[in-house]
Amino acid sequence: MNAPISEEDLHAYADGQLDAARLTQVETWLASHPERRAQVEGWRAQSAKLHRHYDAVLDEPIPARLMPPANQSHWFEARHFAAIAWLMLGSVIGFVLRGEPAHEQVTGLASTSLPHMAAVAHVVYTPEVRHPVEVAADQEAHLVAWLSKRLGAQLKPPQLSEASYQLVGGRLLPGDQGEVAQFMYENQDKMRLTLYIQPQVASKATAADASFRYANEKGVDVFYWTEDRFGYALSGKSGREEMLKLATLVYRQIKP
Amino acid sequence: MSSRDAIVAEIPRLRRYARALTGRADTADDLVQDTLERALEKWRIWQRDRDLRPWLFSIMHNLHVDTRRREGRIEYCDDATLPELLQRADQEDSLELRDLDRALALLPVEQREVLLLVGLEELPYADVARALNVPQGTVMSRLSRARSRLKAILAGEAVPQLKVVKS
Repeated sequence: MNAPISEEDLHAYADGQLDAARLTQVETWLASHPERRAQVEGWRAQSAKLHRHYDAVLDEPIPARLMPPANQSHWFEARHFAAIAWLMLGSVIGFVLRGEPAHEQVTGLASTSLPHMAAVAHVVYTPEVRHPVEVAADQEAHLVAWLSKRLGAQLKPPQLSEASYQLVGGRLLPGDQGEVAQFMYENQDKMRLTLYIQPQVASKATAADASFRYANEKGVDVFYWTEDRFGYALSGKSGREEMLKLATLVYRQIKP
Repeated sequence: MSSRDAIVAEIPRLRRYARALTGRADTADDLVQDTLERALEKWRIWQRDRDLRPWLFSIMHNLHVDTRRREGRIEYCDDATLPELLQRADQEDSLELRDLDRALALLPVEQREVLLLVGLEELPYADVARALNVPQGTVMSRLSRARSRLKAILAGEAVPQLKVVKS
């Protein structure tokens, strides 16, 4: 059947909503109607423009106020987050002013192993040339969906482009309590960072948990902290000061 | 996947659409938050044979219509209220981005919704019709008008005008 080509067909063609048979008919028809072809290209260009402009929103971290709580009862209150943010800020400032590495007497659950495990994972995967990650950054949506599903919470790799680090990709790792996610970043000098995200068993947040801690594991600088239900560790070899800046950048995006 | 997780997974798309629809980040996130609250409230009566995405967009559409009606919205966006530009490596000329925000703001809201649901969110026409609760024929005619009009606006052929929408 060869129904005449309608305006609707042209839109559906531009939007990729035609079935294969009709697609061929429309393509044939367009070949001999250059003006209409140009119009269709114009529509496609409009859609591409919309994507160029607004797709960046997809990569933004989701504001905390939009995240429904796990029990679905009430929204988190903004002031609750504000209080935590101030607490964190205070801790960071305190850390910086202290000016010496924090040799921690570890109190939180599983924090003994967090920097160590993160550093080990860093050392194992960062030298990889061909397979540094399981899923590369060009499939970021898939990467995020997959790791979020496995860790049971919405994850979002922070953007570190303002510090000139780009996301390389990520992988799933076994941790001592189950699944762990690792995101890898790289700068132009091929320096690599890894962000290790480990779900924590339920624990009461203490002031000690809500602070950056530093460890040097066999030459790898690790800043780690606990936030909500996760332990985070950022590992790299670019020096403590630089790592603190990067960790702050990561932290800010995880809890805006 | 739990209902919460399924909904959470849709948040980035809801935010993108709301940003383009309202042209303002704060207004957009308010709309997304209202949509999510409503969706979680209604989840139990939601039939699972329907697709989640069009359902969420339909909730957002209804809330957006309500808000505009309440406010007796003025169809106008001045420079000061245009959104902050998003930083991307492959960013176009910033003037062009601003023009797109402005151009979208100049489309009648019914046309803007269809254009964004089709062109940006890439929903099948049938889903757009469901989300907006109009026949598919209406979707197609709005789409056609929106595309012509956007083209004219971007080419500088349509003079921006203040247009007050009556409540």
